[in-house]
Formats: sequence, C-alpha cells, structure tokens
Amino acid sequence: MTSPSDPFASYDFGAYFCELTARDGDGGAINRVRDRVSKIGLDALRTRAAGAEDDLINLGITFTVYSEAEAIDRILPFDCLPRIITAAEWRHIEAGVKQRVRALNAFLHDIYHDRRILRAGIIPAALVLGNANYRPEMENFPIRFGTYVHICGIDIVRDRHGTFCVLEDNARTPSGVSYVVENRHLMRRTFPDLMAGMRLHPVDDYGRRLRAAMGDIAPEKVLDPQIVLLSPGIYNSAYFEHVFLAREMGVPLVEGPDLLVEADRVFMRTTSGLRPVHTIYRRISDDFLDPTVFRADSLLGVPGLIGAWRAGNVTLANAVGTGVADDKAVYAYMPRIIRFYLGEDAILPNVETHICGEPEGLAFTLANLSSLVIKPVGESGGYGITIGPRASTAELDAARAALQADPSNWISQPLIDLSVAPTLTAGGLRPRHLDLRPFAITGRDTWVLPGGLTRVALKEGSLIVNSSQGGGSKDTWVLADS
Amino acid sequence: MSGISKDTVLLARYAEGLFWMARYIERVENLARLIDVTQTFESPGREDEAWSALLRINADEERFLAAGGTLDPEGIKRFYLLDRSNHTSVPASIEAARTNARTLRPLISTEMWMQMNVFHRDVMAISADELTGDHLTRLCARLKEGMQAHTGITEGTFFRDQGWNFYMLGRLIERADQTTRLLDIKYHLLHLQGIEERRLAELTQWGGVLRAAAGYHAFRRVAPAGFEAADVVTFLLSDRSFPRSITLCVSQVEWHLMQLRSRYNLRGTVAALERIEEVRAALSSNSANQLIESGLHDFLDCLQRDLNLLAGEIGYAFFRDWRPEPPSQKQSLGAS
Repeated sequence: MTSPSDPFASYDFGAYFCELTARDGDGGAINRVRDRVSKIGLDALRTRAAGAEDDLINLGITFTVYSEAEAIDRILPFDCLPRIITAAEWRHIEAGVKQRVRALNAFLHDIYHDRRILRAGIIPAALVLGNANYRPEMENFPIRFGTYVHICGIDIVRDRHGTFCVLEDNARTPSGVSYVVENRHLMRRTFPDLMAGMRLHPVDDYGRRLRAAMGDIAPEKVLDPQIVLLSPGIYNSAYFEHVFLAREMGVPLVEGPDLLVEADRVFMRTTSGLRPVHTIYRRISDDFLDPTVFRADSLLGVPGLIGAWRAGNVTLANAVGTGVADDKAVYAYMPRIIRFYLGEDAILPNVETHICGEPEGLAFTLANLSSLVIKPVGESGGYGITIGPRASTAELDAARAALQADPSNWISQPLIDLSVAPTLTAGGLRPRHLDLRPFAITGRDTWVLPGGLTRVALKEGSLIVNSSQGGGSKDTWVLADS
Repeated sequence: MSGISKDTVLLARYAEGLFWMARYIERVENLARLIDVTQTFESPGREDEAWSALLRINADEERFLAAGGTLDPEGIKRFYLLDRSNHTSVPASIEAARTNARTLRPLISTEMWMQMNVFHRDVMAISADELTGDHLTRLCARLKEGMQAHTGITEGTFFRDQGWNFYMLGRLIERADQTTRLLDIKYHLLHLQGIEERRLAELTQWGGVLRAAAGYHAFRRVAPAGFEAADVVTFLLSDRSFPRSITLCVSQVEWHLMQLRSRYNLRGTVAALERIEEVRAALSSNSANQLIESGLHDFLDCLQRDLNLLAGEIGYAFFRDWRPEPPSQKQSLGAS
C-alpha cells in the first residue's frame, strides 16, 4: 500500500539484495516492520532519529578520531531502520560462525605445536611462520581448552543472490559489540511502536557470557578468579566500549600502570594494597602488552606480564599470537583449513580471493585489476583499499605499482555487490550497503551473540562500512522462531 | 556461580579520580559563588580592588600578570571564566572534572556521566558576552546549578562503597579550603576603624560573604540581634550545623576516614586522622576575636596548608599517581 507520503514510494534497490523490502520474513514479520515504518512516516522518522543521535552525544557513546591537531569525539551514526535476520538465516550464520571459530582455534593450536597443516602442504609454511603476527613465544605453550580466540568477530557480507559470505576474520581484539547492545537500547527508547510485539532474540546477555568465559579460562588452581579488562585508557578510540564491557562484566577496567608483576604473579593496585589478578581481557594489541618482551617503548603494557602468563599464573584473552589466523592472506586458505581440521565444508563460504604473494594470484590480479578489489593484508579499518571498477586510471596505476613492489602485501577479490537496506538520508529512504559482524565468545564452548553489529555505508554507492570512513550502524534484529 | 560477591575492591586510580573529580566540582561551585558576590557587592569606585581580591585569595596574582592580564574586572573575569589555559579557571576545572569522570565511567552512574558531559559542553561554550552586565549573575547561577545538579545526581545514584567515601573526602576538603578563601576575601574589612564605616561594611560586605556561602539566612537565625565581624568568622569557621563551616567539613572528613577504616579495613587512614586532630585543635584554641587580633589571614593560610597536608596524607596512603611524600616534620597550626 503506497501513498504519496509513503517513505518507500521512491525506494529503489535496483539489482541488489534488499534486506527489508525484498521479502516478507518469518510469518510476515518483515512486512509488518515495513508497514509500521510507513505509518510512522518520514517526518517522524527524522525527528526521532535526530533525538536518538542527541542521546548518543549526551551519553558520550562515542569513538575518538584523531586528526593532526586534535582528538574529536564522534558518535557512530545510528540509522533507525533495523536490519532484520530471519530465524533460519540466523541458524545458518550461527553454525557457520561456530565452525569458523573452531577451525581458527584448531589452526592456531596446530601451528604453535605440531604444524601438521604445514607438513601436509595445505598452506605455505612461509605464510604462517614468516607472518609478522606469528609469535614464537607461543610455541608449545599450553592453552586451556585449546582456546586462543576467546572473542572473535567475523565480518559477513551478502551478495546479490542473498548468499552470506565471510569477508574477514577478526581474531585479535575485535570491537563493536557495545554498539550492538546500545543500539538496541536506543531503539527501544526511540521506536517502541516499531518493536511492539516483535519476537526478537535479546542481546543483553553478552556481558554475563563474557564474564563466565573469562572465569572458565582462568588458571586452573584459582577458585575465585579476579578478572579485569585491560584498556589502553581514555584516549583510545574504543574506550567507550571498554567501559561498557567492564561494566557489563562487573570487573575493574584497568590500565597498564594499575597492574604490576612480582615473582611472575600479576597484581592490581587498590586502596587496600596489591590484589592478585587471574584473567585479563586485554584490549591492547600483542605489541604493546609487555615492554620486556615486545615493543620496549610501550607505556600501555605491563612489564613481566608475558612471564607471568608463561608461568601459568594469569590468562590472557585473546591469547598472544592470534593475528596470524586473521591475516588476510591466511583468510584465503580458510575453507581448506576448515576441511583439514573438521572434515567439513565451510558453512559460510569465503569471498573468492587471489593471493598476490603467489605467482598465479599476482598474474591474475594484474590482468584483471580494473574488476577487482585490492586490499593490503595487514591493514584494518578499510584503509589502503582500491576498488578496481571505481578507481581512476591514476589510482589503478598506483595500485599496480604497489602490487609489483611488494606482492605478498596484497590480496584481491571480486567486487561483491553487498546487500542493501533502506536507510534514512537527506533525500528520504535510500538503499545503502551493509555488512554484519557477529561476535562469538569461546571459553569451554562457543556462544554467538544473536545478530551482531550491522554496519552501513552511509554514502551513496559506497561499499566501505568502517566507522573511520563514514560508516554508521543499525540495530540488528534476529527473529525468534515463532 | 551465585549472586553477590563479598568484597569490592577499589583501584587506587579510581579512588584518586573520585577524590579529584569532587574537588574540581566543588571548586567550580565556589568560584561561581565568589565571582557572584564580587560582582554584587563591589563598592562603587573600587571595582578593581574588589576583583583583585579574587586573584589574591586564589594566590593567582603572579600567574595572572605573567600571562599578560590587565588588572581590571574585565581581565579577571576572563581569566576565571574563559581562559582554558588558566588551570584555576572554570573551564579548565570542568575539563579536568570531565577527564576524571571519563576515567571513572566504569564506576560512576550513567546519569552522573551524562550530566557532566552535557554541562561540560555548556561551559566550553561560555562567551565573552555572558561576562557583561546582568548576564554575569545569571551565568554564575547556571554554574552553581550545574554543579548542584551533579551533587544531587550523585547523592541519588552513586553507589556508596568506598569510592563514595573518597569522593566525599575530596569534596569536603575542597569545601573547607574554599571557605578559608571566602573568609580571606574580605579580611581587609577587619581593620576598618571608623564606626560608621564598620557598620556599613558589616551590613553589606559581610552580608555578601555570607550570601556567597549560602549562609546568610542561617546566620541570621543564629545571630538575630545583629552581629560583628567576629560572629561571621566564628560562624564560618566553627558552626556545627552550617554545611560550609570548616568545623563541619572536618568532622565529616573524619567520619569518612573512619568508615574507610572500619568498613573496608583501610589502615592507611591513621596519618590523615592525626591531621584532623591538629586542625580541630587549632580551630578550638583561639576565639574569633583573638584570631582577628593576631592576624586572621595568617591563620587561614595555615589552615589551608594543613588541609593540603591532610589531602596529601590521603593521596600518599591510597592513590596511584598523586602521592605526595609525607613531610618529615609535622607542622603545627596556629602556633605563630
């Protein structure tokens, strides 16, 4: 039913897969949301969206962007139209994420122990052992439950046929989960009429689950483990998230100088003196953890921390050295890695990937530059990417030169026509491209937070959803089985 | 895994952050009071003198002149209300309070953080326009209200574990310190000789001091028949019920230290408790008239120094970064 004032009247998603208007959803649930949005109307959507953004600013739910001169607190722009995942889709994604996490952990255990996968020739040894994120300190080091990646974020996109594919694994210190929960709270406050009666999976359980996992992985002999969250501090761009997680877990948020190591034991400085610490959920990268082992100039870390860890007196989550598993070049081998360890096909396929460090991959990439997306293997945040079909001749030339100068720093992938969802813009509701980052917590077992962070590229036609590059986010609804 | 855990620990850094956040906020509220009273009760023709007193009691004269300020009302108002590079200014204090609040976000309530965040934005937007004419009083009222909103939200939402005790210690020590400064601002009035001059001063200037401390009405209740300067001094130093009197602040400091000791078993409170005894002894050893006679200004100076030492003992015993070494020789108060 469209009337002239229907906000969907001029909505045209073209050849892309639209998450909201291309299907009815479980028992018409998606349809119902669409109707309710129409009923609210464009003006009210705008008023309420503005109110929601004010809320975020006042609450200081921000990330920090550093320019040359100053630090600016920005909100992650919030788009008020939810992204909806059906119950069946979620079962599929959840199974795929769990499988992937199992494979990532098996892979890490193997490369730091027996290296069966290298001997079997499944993945080139040089790619693993020569990787900048490979940590010799981890060799033959026992890890409880074989869990290296306790917190994992897997970036998933959907192509024009609606197929979910993995674009990237984040096995180091993935961020964004706080927005999942905050977006839901914001949505409940701002759009109760849109949500009324919708049967959705709740997202409030994350902190409790995380705390339980952090307790599980504490050194075995400790009965009542003290858990802390280690943050680089208030100037870190993800500080809000660190606060959020510490609060949701009910554990202290500490900075490096709050901790100290004596006789291979970790303590925190409290008003009643030193108190032992047993599990550290660290949001500091490997390099900065311990100046006596890694970067000597790190002021963020704790001298002696790695020693205490190796002595078995403290657990770090995620483990050190997981970066080798989420490397973009290693990513290309993930389907084979899954098959090797689990004897299964990947439930969520990879995006086809060409490894420029290999001669065939490089040749193919150079020959098809203008139709491929070229990505540096070590970067995150959407930096350094060249999108062939949209690049100028000069940009393509620059990419070609960079590829030839250091082929192993690059991979290439075909341009994926990411799915879209209606998004509120100055010109009304318009299709904008999305991805999805589900979060998995693994202690003894793996649990996946229903939904995850939906990021949306707010610029027309843009495929880059990263917050540092003009991305926003949406509340992600997973419909419960009816 | 069940329910409530038996003991809560407090990071030394959090105790420190709470203590300082409370101090900065108390400081802003008092500065707003001082500015307001200076504006309202400046004697016609002697405005420069009135505003200079503000610099004197905050011991900011040197820095003010070094920063190239001109000693007139305009320059001094800007110094305290607009100049972010002046660390004793309202915007610098609010910036510092918010930075502490940011550090404390895992601990303080969302409502406390939100109010601080919004208030910070308002303070950063104070314009030169608001320092002129009748705008200034309204600005001061807004500053006071913002800080009182903080205080109220804290009262109603902040979890009362040991963190709250450290927060209160910061507030009360700063408040006591500010009361000494408020008394000091009009100390030159104590030496007026002419009867008529004194009477006028007592009516207007001392009334102004009492109003700045929000104590005028309470004072009238305890001194309904009329008053002398010494009565005001006694009231601000020693009244047992007035929230800004040094005596009441110090007893509350003592109560919070005792709480830390008995409820949380924090042994480091001993030195600070001893300092309290000294402050209290000094307060009771001289009558206001004696103090005025022998030099109230010096006494207030000593009191400020002792409050500093008290804060230092707390820092040394419990904080992570601000831990002044305890002085080897304890200074005694009011013995000069």
